[in-house]
Amino acid sequence: MTTTTIAPSLGDGVVPRKTTIVRGWQDHLFRALARSGGGLVLTLMGLVGLFLVIRGADAIHVAGWGFVTTQNWDPNAHDFGIAAVLVGTVTIASIAIVVAVPLALGTATFISEYAPEGIRRLLIGIVDLMAAIPSVVYGLWGAFWLDQAIVPVAQWISTYFGWIPIFAVPDFNANDPLATTTVFTSSALVAGLVVAMMVSPISASIMREVFAQAPIGEREGALALGSTRWGMIRTVVYPYGTGGIIGGIMLGLGRALGETIGVYLVISQVFTINLHILHAGTNSISSLIALRYGEANPFEMSALMAAGLVLFLITMAINFGASIIVSRSRSGAATE
Amino acid sequence: MSDVIEQGVRRTTLPQRMLEEDAPPETVRSLGGVRREDVFRLLGAAAAGIALTSWLFTQVAPFSGFLPFVLISYLFFVGFYAVLVAFDEGRVGVVDKLATVLFHSVAVVLLIALVGIVVFTMVRAVAGIIHLNFWTNDLSKGGPLDPLSDGGVLHAMIGTLIMISIALVISIPLGLVCAVFLAEFPGPFSRVVRTVVEAMTALPSIVCGLFIFATWVLLLGMPTSGLAAALAITIMILPIIIRSADVVFRLVPGNLKEASMGLGASHWKTVVHVMLPTSRSGLMTAIILGTARGIGETSPVLLTAGYTTFFNFNPFSGPMTSLPLATFSLVKQPSDAQIARGFGAAAVLMVLVFVLFLIARIIGGKGAGQLSDAGIRRARARSARVASRLERRRVSAFEFDDADEWTSGDLAS
Repeated sequence: MTTTTIAPSLGDGVVPRKTTIVRGWQDHLFRALARSGGGLVLTLMGLVGLFLVIRGADAIHVAGWGFVTTQNWDPNAHDFGIAAVLVGTVTIASIAIVVAVPLALGTATFISEYAPEGIRRLLIGIVDLMAAIPSVVYGLWGAFWLDQAIVPVAQWISTYFGWIPIFAVPDFNANDPLATTTVFTSSALVAGLVVAMMVSPISASIMREVFAQAPIGEREGALALGSTRWGMIRTVVYPYGTGGIIGGIMLGLGRALGETIGVYLVISQVFTINLHILHAGTNSISSLIALRYGEANPFEMSALMAAGLVLFLITMAINFGASIIVSRSRSGAATE
Repeated sequence: MSDVIEQGVRRTTLPQRMLEEDAPPETVRSLGGVRREDVFRLLGAAAAGIALTSWLFTQVAPFSGFLPFVLISYLFFVGFYAVLVAFDEGRVGVVDKLATVLFHSVAVVLLIALVGIVVFTMVRAVAGIIHLNFWTNDLSKGGPLDPLSDGGVLHAMIGTLIMISIALVISIPLGLVCAVFLAEFPGPFSRVVRTVVEAMTALPSIVCGLFIFATWVLLLGMPTSGLAAALAITIMILPIIIRSADVVFRLVPGNLKEASMGLGASHWKTVVHVMLPTSRSGLMTAIILGTARGIGETSPVLLTAGYTTFFNFNPFSGPMTSLPLATFSLVKQPSDAQIARGFGAAAVLMVLVFVLFLIARIIGGKGAGQLSDAGIRRARARSARVASRLERRRVSAFEFDDADEWTSGDLAS
């Protein structure tokens, strides 16, 4: 909401009176304390980025451009790169976002526009609570339930839609009685669905907050002009909440890219680019770090740092992009 | 006064500015009301969809399975519903009704899935958590082959509490000071700090762990310990707390601060006595939600804490485990008992998060300066005490000289 203040135009020769502020020593101390607190946080946060760059530079220097094109991860043989893990990360996050966005958008719209007054508060509570549930719980659900439950669905998709390249499962032949269905487990699809469940409450919560702030006057204006409820949502609520929708999606995407445990528990890690999302085996940068940090020597650590740096840069870029889009939108002030 | 200046200048006036005081608060008008036709259409379409799918499954096509049945009947239901609505209404009406149905179903699907995830974890956890020893022992006696009546996860609960306590001891003062700085000293420097902090809220949690592992453990040669894990958690929740506290501070009404300044209070006094008390509930919510995030994350702890099955009360030496780390480490083992214990630890963790969330809900949810009933009573009692003190001073001052400038009568009201 913007308030326009009309500044009284001062006449010629009228100059605002000069004010002087006298501050006591407490205020000076307070000012110094607050400044140093801000400075300390800035240093701390800057150190994280700086340290990743410095420690990762070593590995990137050795690997050169191969760092982005190599799929293998064998730092001791100087044969390593993030091609496979990066593609895996992006694949999992894309699946998650493709599934989560309709769910989050639909749920947010339902809660703010359709839900009866009585259960609305309950639904808001449930969604906000689910956004706070630890990711390891989602990981357990994925590893112990979804991984098995997905098999018939994945098999069905690959049978009827296998002609679409990403749905193909090349080494599974449905007519072979000995063919094992385990090729359908631990796939990027399972990881993507787990992450989707994790991020949709987060996105839904942000979207709902923005939708609820759409101006009542404009809503009633649309309805008074004869719009249906869906027409009102499409022409008033969504345009008003564009910033919130994009902000929610971007925040979810950031979480999806960085998610470790939920993905690690589900996938079986491979170091080749696997674009068949139904087929077992994928990878992500954070899972790579979680898998390899333990027995890493200094150079391997540097390589992991470099991978972490790439993840860091991607999430930073997405976050900055989101905040720019959100701050330019109409509901921007509300979503900060 | 601005009228004088603006005389003779034609300006657009904003009529609602004058009416704002009188107008009642705007409320959303209810668009509800269920018509008989709506119910009939829904029931009819649902019955037709299920019937057609049953016929298809049993008589025509070689389909089977519960999920395909639900999906196909849903598609038929939507189709029949659209046709039924089209009898009475035009294209716009049909689209509206279909949108209503779709939004309802999407919300139901997501809520069922989310509740299902929680219920699934709880059900699998029951086998472990019904044993009393699960709550009172560590896991030193609970090996993969031992029954669930041996060993528990108390060591992980204690570890979680120690880690989050250390993290909060660091991040609450630092976070609040930084948030006060952002809110009270705007300038180029604070803009930089705010940008960096906002960017850092998206920091992947594994990178926090990696940072502490590389600096604290590898560079400084410290062992993996509860303290290292607490530092990693601090790095993760610090930006989250700062960002939400910053938002809360911005909600403090400006006229309260100006009133305090106008009465001659210093900046420091204004922050301590006006800003912080006014935003207390919002700050508590920010801290509690940050805490919930901090205790639930596995990846910072995974790299920095080490895993142990023993009690460890000393965060400075020896490995220490937390609930999410225990869950993660246990369910990876190929043993039914360990997996059941892992689910148990996850259930305990979830209960902890539920409780924190409930506390946040009870405290928070109010804007800055809005008091609960008890808060209003306390504030009244406080101002009554001040009034009676002033009254006493007035009486004693009156006895010495005839000073009568005290006008404290209204303070109590």
